[in-house]
Amino acid sequence: MAEIQLKSLAHSYSSTPSDPADYAIRQLDHVWERGGAYALLGPSGCGKSTMLNIISGLVQPSEGEVLFDGRRVNEMSPRERNIAQVFQFPVVYDSMTVYDNLAFPLKNNKMAGSRIKARVHEIAEVLEIEDKLYRKAKNLTADEKQKVSMGRGLVREDVSAILFDEPLTVIDPQLKWRLRRKLKQIHEQFDITMVYVTHDQLEASTFADKIAVMYDGQIVQFGTPTELFEQPNHTFVGFFIGSPGMNLIEVKRCAEGVCFGTTVIPLEPWQIDRLELMKSANVKVGIRPEFVELARQPSDDAFESEVLDVEDLGTYKIVTVQLGDERLKVRQSEEFEVRVGGQIYVSFPRQWLKLYVDEFLVQEHQ
Amino acid sequence: MDKIPNNRAWWLVLPVFILVAFSALVPLMTVVNYSVQDIFGPGQAYFVGTEWFREVLTNERLQESLIRQFVFSGAVLLIQIPLGIAVALMMPKTGIKASLCLILLAIPLLIPWNVVGTIWQIFGRGDIGLFGWGLNELGFDYNYTGDTGDAWFTVLLMDVWHWTPLVALLCYSGLRAIPEAFYQAAEIDRASKWAVFRYIQLPRLKNVLIIAVLLRFMDSFMIYTEPFVLTGGGPGSSTTFLSQTLTTMAIGQFDLGRAAAFSLIYFLIVLLVSWLFFTAITHADKKQ
Repeated sequence: MAEIQLKSLAHSYSSTPSDPADYAIRQLDHVWERGGAYALLGPSGCGKSTMLNIISGLVQPSEGEVLFDGRRVNEMSPRERNIAQVFQFPVVYDSMTVYDNLAFPLKNNKMAGSRIKARVHEIAEVLEIEDKLYRKAKNLTADEKQKVSMGRGLVREDVSAILFDEPLTVIDPQLKWRLRRKLKQIHEQFDITMVYVTHDQLEASTFADKIAVMYDGQIVQFGTPTELFEQPNHTFVGFFIGSPGMNLIEVKRCAEGVCFGTTVIPLEPWQIDRLELMKSANVKVGIRPEFVELARQPSDDAFESEVLDVEDLGTYKIVTVQLGDERLKVRQSEEFEVRVGGQIYVSFPRQWLKLYVDEFLVQEHQ
Repeated sequence: MDKIPNNRAWWLVLPVFILVAFSALVPLMTVVNYSVQDIFGPGQAYFVGTEWFREVLTNERLQESLIRQFVFSGAVLLIQIPLGIAVALMMPKTGIKASLCLILLAIPLLIPWNVVGTIWQIFGRGDIGLFGWGLNELGFDYNYTGDTGDAWFTVLLMDVWHWTPLVALLCYSGLRAIPEAFYQAAEIDRASKWAVFRYIQLPRLKNVLIIAVLLRFMDSFMIYTEPFVLTGGGPGSSTTFLSQTLTTMAIGQFDLGRAAAFSLIYFLIVLLVSWLFFTAITHADKKQ
């Protein structure tokens, strides 16, 4: 078990990187604390797997340091770092049986035969592949292979950390849910640092205590699922977390706050103060569909708009409204009666209205 | 669907039949024909049944030659297969160095057999050959034309030089076909170099190794030109292998009946041993 620290880490696959676009990971600092269960969430190609490979030692970072418990490990091989990693595309040693596959890392660690046997059976039971232990790995189905591949990561007891690179992609949803629970249990039981890479927010929030959202080679926010939902630090987090994502509106500065088209959105005084200190013209406001309020009657702070579309998702409704030139998504309860083409009054509760300058959140205390 | 019987359709098989007949059956049957008759000249042939076969099988010269042949082929396989694998493992994976290695390896394969024999005949000479002269200068009493051990050593060395590259190239292609992910997983699983070789590389080399073993067995079992040029089968008959014995019998002594019977036995041995190798390797895999 170890605390994993990334210090001004950056990585480029090109040998002569010239502009930021050449970097798979742009300069970042981050700490994965000892014994935590973390998720690394982000879209394909944002650098998640690169970061994982840098932590495990399969890839050498072009800049910066990787520290395990404060000790620099850049020059150490994965073997020396004693780290387990489960790959997205399952690797099974197909000339061996399932049992030998699971025992392989333990044998390499020179563990005693009887302990290997007990441990392999324990993990096989967790992964529900006990009946296939003595089968050749070559003849397994895709999801069984993924389980074996995952088992090789879990079977080791003394690892610094276990890294999962989208380990459940080919497993069917039912089992996926169970395995995620199992991983969580294993984490609670053994207290191993775990980093779980995924592009699925649900997977991330069920597994992890804290989620790091990665976008374009950077960690844009690191926080609990609630923090990511309520206080998205970056427009990408707002957009990526939640279903549907945050409503983001490009706005201009004007007297009472910000405006778009003829609509003026009033801001809190501290938001106006802070906005004045920044020069950028890239200003956006964001509000989650869950927090937008709809009313049939006009009121002081509500804007008149037209209902464009209603999607009934069974337990709730997603209402799309047209406000000026912008379209907004609003989440409403099943009971809320609304008619497509009708008039509706939209309001934005101040506490949920977020202001973004250059894509980053403007915060009250900084 | 109703089938309409029409035996004229058999004519359609005729082209294939003729082709196979001329390419395989007719020449083989000629040999079979000779092997059961004693032919003195046109019109003077006597049917002798299995006499030639019995004679050939009890012929001491042939028996010795057969044993020599098995020892040679066995030695060739024991040296060239492990050496070929080792060379393939040590070769660089990409870049200009890899291309250079491939070219260097391929050169011996492109040299005609009799030239290989000539090269080593000169190379091994004690007076003007670099190899023979060098060994003598180093204090070894090396003389491949006079000493049986030296002759065997030179013939084997020549074959290793000529054909190990084939095994190495086959293994190299097999190794390159292993996805990088396996090496990464093995590195994560803390596998030693030996474990990587034993559990990842070797199992995936199996198919190319079957080909390599079969090719090297068949080729070495039929070897003729190289030792013939190098040692002429000597000293004495110590490096006279099967095909040379056969040629001497057929052309030197014009003993066609015996030679034909012997050819058939020779052919059957190659077939049988190749089949044995193949089933042994594929069967071992199924049993696991």
